[in-house]
Amino acid sequence: MSFLADTLTLGGRTFRSRLLVGTGKYPDYPTMVRALEASGAEIVTVAVRRVNLDRTQESLLDHVDPERYTLLPNTAGCYTEEDAVRTCLLAREAGMANMVKLEVIGDEKTLFPDTPALLSAAKRLVKEGFVVLPYTNDDPVMAKRLEDAGCAAVMPLAAPIGSGLGIRNPYNLKIILQTVKVPVIVDAGVGSASDAAVALELGCDGVLMNTAIAGAKNPVLMAEAMRDAVSAGRKSFLAGRIQKKLYATASSPLDGTFF
Amino acid sequence: MEVVVNGHSRAVTKGATVASLLRELSLPASRVAVERNREIVRKAEYEAVGLSPGDRIEIVTFVGGG
Repeated sequence: MSFLADTLTLGGRTFRSRLLVGTGKYPDYPTMVRALEASGAEIVTVAVRRVNLDRTQESLLDHVDPERYTLLPNTAGCYTEEDAVRTCLLAREAGMANMVKLEVIGDEKTLFPDTPALLSAAKRLVKEGFVVLPYTNDDPVMAKRLEDAGCAAVMPLAAPIGSGLGIRNPYNLKIILQTVKVPVIVDAGVGSASDAAVALELGCDGVLMNTAIAGAKNPVLMAEAMRDAVSAGRKSFLAGRIQKKLYATASSPLDGTFF
Repeated sequence: MEVVVNGHSRAVTKGATVASLLRELSLPASRVAVERNREIVRKAEYEAVGLSPGDRIEIVTFVGGG
């Protein structure tokens, strides 16, 4: 496969970048703008909240051009199916395309998903014509259920949101990859560039992250590192790694030695 | 008359509509979504939908998030 032709397709739309990034928690808008640029991401997540009636504050949309980036509204903070569906309907009415990052949180401390509510919300949103990208746990059975419900991808967590713990269960991710046909995007828990590379090397189709970039000492440099890591991880996966062996195999010829 | 906008009471004139409320708040209709008493108001209906005393209006937009 030519790497140049390697693209990610979500809901019928094609993207060259396999890195999806969030827009939260940046120290300021100019840093966010530069980090988004450095990441090479084409899809950026946004949250849906009450407008600030105090007009002294700037709006995110003054800084993120919807013509340049595909904005992916999330349902962060939703603990019920109702709230998640309501949020998606509002996001669509506010002018977004119909692709959403669906999350239904089940626990405040871990922010792990409430998967029964997630599945139920996903079914409703698919019926409403949404392209649903669900944030789920690293459970292959739930991933299959979400695919069967019509989700356009599944987005298993690597570790708790914002934890930076990296990929805690690569074996489950491998099983998910063998279980579903839709793209698998690792969402949440990535901390460093090597985590992102591992996700792609495992065969995942993309990575979505926010805190790992926004919370870094130098978010712009980290965004660039993540771009490179995702690209390197994908190339490494496509190239096909060597088998692991317990013992050495010489790289230099044994013939022609003069000692 | 009083309505509740994003959880805060607000006086609006009689005959106010969703569109007039947005104008008063200097909010561009293109960037927000509006609910009136938990029902989404379509953008095309902003001029036509009048506000009634006690209406609970939610006006949402996009903010940074992951």
